[in-house]
Amino acid sequence: MPTISPKRFAIWGLVASLLIAMLLSACGGSDGDSRSLTVYSGRSETLVGPLMQQFEDATGIDVSVKYAGTPQLAATLLEEGDNTPADVFFAQDPGGLSAVADLFAPLPESTLKMVPQWAVSPTGVWVGVSGRARTVVYNTERLTPEDLPEDLTGFTDPKWRGLIGWAPTNSSFQTMVTAMRAVWGETETLQWLKDIQANDPKVYPNNTSIVSAAAVGEINVGLVNHYYLHRFLAEEGDSFGARNYHPSAGGPGAIVMVSGVGILSESDNTENAKRFVDFLLSEEAQQYFVDETFEYPLAAGIPVAAGVTPLSDLNNPDLSSADLADLEGTQKLLREAGVIP
Amino acid sequence: MAGGRTTPPAVIWVPAVFVGAALLLPLVYLIVRTFDAGGDVWDLLFRQKVAAILGRTILLVITVTAGSIVLALPLAWLTTRTDLPFRRAWIVLSALPLVIPSYVAGFIVIAALGPRGMLQQSLDGPFGIDRLPDIHGFAGAMLTLTFLSFPYVFLTVRAALLRIDPAMEESSRGLGHGSWTTFFFVTLPLLRPGIAAGGLLVALYTLSDFGAVSLLRYETFTWAIFVQYESALDRTLGAGLSLSLVVLALAIVGLEVFSRGRARYYSSSSSVSRPPARVRLGRWRWPALAFCAAIVAVSLAAPMSILGYWVARGISAGEPFNLVWEAVGNSVYIAALAAAAAVIAALPVAALSVRYPGVLSGPLERLSYVGFALPGIAIALALVFFGARYAPPLYQTTGLLLLAYVVLFISPALGAVRTSFLQISPRIEEAARSLGNSPLRAFASVTLPVARPGIFAGWALVFLLVMKELPATLILSPIGFNTLATSIWSAASEAFFARAALPALLLIAASAIPLTFLMLRERR
Repeated sequence: MPTISPKRFAIWGLVASLLIAMLLSACGGSDGDSRSLTVYSGRSETLVGPLMQQFEDATGIDVSVKYAGTPQLAATLLEEGDNTPADVFFAQDPGGLSAVADLFAPLPESTLKMVPQWAVSPTGVWVGVSGRARTVVYNTERLTPEDLPEDLTGFTDPKWRGLIGWAPTNSSFQTMVTAMRAVWGETETLQWLKDIQANDPKVYPNNTSIVSAAAVGEINVGLVNHYYLHRFLAEEGDSFGARNYHPSAGGPGAIVMVSGVGILSESDNTENAKRFVDFLLSEEAQQYFVDETFEYPLAAGIPVAAGVTPLSDLNNPDLSSADLADLEGTQKLLREAGVIP
Repeated sequence: MAGGRTTPPAVIWVPAVFVGAALLLPLVYLIVRTFDAGGDVWDLLFRQKVAAILGRTILLVITVTAGSIVLALPLAWLTTRTDLPFRRAWIVLSALPLVIPSYVAGFIVIAALGPRGMLQQSLDGPFGIDRLPDIHGFAGAMLTLTFLSFPYVFLTVRAALLRIDPAMEESSRGLGHGSWTTFFFVTLPLLRPGIAAGGLLVALYTLSDFGAVSLLRYETFTWAIFVQYESALDRTLGAGLSLSLVVLALAIVGLEVFSRGRARYYSSSSSVSRPPARVRLGRWRWPALAFCAAIVAVSLAAPMSILGYWVARGISAGEPFNLVWEAVGNSVYIAALAAAAAVIAALPVAALSVRYPGVLSGPLERLSYVGFALPGIAIALALVFFGARYAPPLYQTTGLLLLAYVVLFISPALGAVRTSFLQISPRIEEAARSLGNSPLRAFASVTLPVARPGIFAGWALVFLLVMKELPATLILSPIGFNTLATSIWSAASEAFFARAALPALLLIAASAIPLTFLMLRERR
C-alpha cells in the first residue's frame, strides 16, 4: 500500500502555501501609472479588441481591459464603489451607463459636442460612440416587407399569434419599452405589452438567438437590434433566411440607442481616459464601427456600411437620452404586465 | 460511529473553520443586499409568478437527477466491474461531457434538434418531414442537462465502486446468492452514498444552470435571478431570489443527508488493495458496448461534430481565427490550481464530517453546497463586495479568483472525498494512533493514501468545472486573463459561431488530456 509520510506531507503543504503566496504577490495591481489605462468593456473583445490595440499603438498608453457583459460590469462597478480599479466604462447600451451615472465624472464640453445632443447623457457624464437601431427581423421565405405592419402596434393583431420572437430581459428591448412610455404613455404601453403577451410570443435570451430563429422559420418576426443580421450575413452569406425591416411609420420600434463611455470619478488616469474617449469619437474609430460592427457612426460625418439603412431613412422618434433613462420604471411596468419575473 | 464521541483535533477543526468562514461570504453578502432595501422585496418575492417558477424548477431538478442516475449507474458498473472492451476509453469519454459549457450545449441542441435544425433538414429530403416536436421548453432543457451532468454520478459512483471491499460481495455469493441478488442487495446499498453524492451535485447543478435553460426557454429560478442582474439596477431582488434559492438548495441537501441514514459503509478489514473479480460479459458484451457508445455519441460525439462543422464552415468562409494558445494555457493552469485548492479545502471538512460528526460538521457541510447551487454571478458579486472593500490588494488577483472557485466548487470535491473517507474504517486510523502517531500523521499516512481514488475524482470534477466556469471568471479574473471559456463567450455573445466553436473544441480537448492521464494512472 502506498503511503505518504507526514514529513513529505508537510513539505508539500509548505510548497503549496509558498506558491500561493508568490502568486498573490505577483499579481498585485499597479495604479496611478501615467502610461496606463484600465477599461471595463461591456462590448466583447471580438468586437472592440482591435480598437484597443489601435489606441495603444497611437498613444503608447498601456490599456488593460476587463471584458464582460454590460449589466454584470455595471453591477460590479456598483459593488466596487470608490474602490474601483477602472478608469473608463465602455458600455453596450444606455441602460448600463445610466445605472452607474453617479460614479462618473463630467466629460469635457469639447467631447460632448462631437456627437448629436440626443446621444449624450442628460447630465453630461457619458457620451455615445456608436448608434444601434431597433428593428424587426423577419423570415424571408414566409414574408415580404409588404406583409409587415407600419409600426409595432400592428403585431397585437391575433394573426401574429405564436409567430413573434422577443427578448424582454434584454436591456435593448427594455430601452425600447422606455421609448414607448415616452411616446405612447404608460397606459398604452402596458396595453401593448399585454396584447403582445396575449399573442403568445416566444421568449429568447438575446438578440442573436432571435435572429437565427427567424432565419430558420421558428418564428416569422422578431424584435431586435439591427446589426446582428449583418454579422450573420457576413458569416453565412446571402442565403441566410432573414432580413431587417424598419417600421415604415417609425415610432418607438425604430429608435436609435447608443453604446457609450464614461470616465469614473475615482480614476487616477483622467487624462489618459479623456484621450481614450476622444479616440473612440475619432474618424479612425468611427470608421471601425461602420466596417466591423455595422453600427451607426455618431461623429465625424461618415456614411454607414453597405446594406445598412441610413439613419435619415429610419423615421425614428425625436427622443433625448433623458427620455430613455428611466429603466427602473420600465421594469416595473414589465413586471406588472407579467413579462419579466 | 466510532469516532463520534471524541472532539476533533485542532489540525482538523481550525482549517475547517477557515473554510467555513470563506463559504459564509456569499450568504452574508446576499443578506446585506436583500435587507438593505427595506420591505418591498418581500412583495416581489411572494408572487404567483415566483411560485410557478419554483414549481418548474423542482420538476426539472427531479427529472434531471433521476435521468442522470439511470445513465450513470450502468456505465460506472460496466467500466469498473466487467471485462467490457476499451474500458479506459469509455471512462474518459463518459466523464468528458461535464466540460461542455451549458450555453454551448444549448446552442448545439437548438442547431441540431430545433425547428429547421440539422435533424429536420436531413429528414426533410428523403422523408419529407417538415416538422419535429418542439425541442424548446421542458423536454429540451431536461435532456440537455441530463446528458451534460450524468458524469457527476458516474464519477462518484465509480470512485465508490473502486473502494468497495470485494469481500462483502464475495460473502454474498459464497452464501449462495446470484450476481443480480448480490448487486441489488449488497453492491447497490453500498453505493448509496456515491449515488446520493453524485445525484446531489446533479440536482444542485441543475438548480444553478443558466445557459441551457435560457437558450431552451425553460424558465427556472436561476433564470429569474439572472434576469434581475441582467438589468444591473436590481441587485436587491436578485439577492432576495438568490437567498430563496439557498433555502431550496439546503432542502435538497437535507434530503441527501437524510438518505445517508446511520449506515456504515466500511468493512472491518484494512485492505482493499485486492481488485474484485471481473464479471465476464460474454455475449452481453454487445448490448453493453452499444449502450456506452450511444451515450458517448449523444453526449460527446454529436456536440463535437457540430462544433467541428461550424469551425469548417468558418474556415471556408474565410473567418479569421486567432490562435488561442494563451487561453488554453490560462484555462488549464487556473483549473488545475483551483481543483487542488478545492480538494485541500475539502479535506478538513470531510474529515470532520466523517470522523467527528457534531455541531460543527453538520452546518459546515450544508454550507459547502450553497456555493454550488448559487448562480456564479451572485458568488462573483459577493467577492467583489468583500474584495474591493476590505482586501483591495487581493482584488482581481489570481488569489481571489481561486477563492471564488473554492466557494463555488468545494462541494463536488467534498462529495468525492467524503465518500471515500466513509469507506475507510476508523479502526485503521485508531490503530495507527495507538502506535503513537499524531492524528495528522495517522491521517496522512493511513487515510490519505487509501482515499486516493476519491481525492482524484474530486480533483477531476473541480478541474472540469473550472475549465468552463464563466460568470465568476469574467468578473474576478485579473485584467487581461483570458481563458477558453471567456473566449467562447466573447465570440458567441456576438453571434460569431465559427469563432466560438474553435475554443469550445479546444476546451474539450484540453480537459481530456489531464483527465485521461488521471484515469489511466489508476491501476484498476
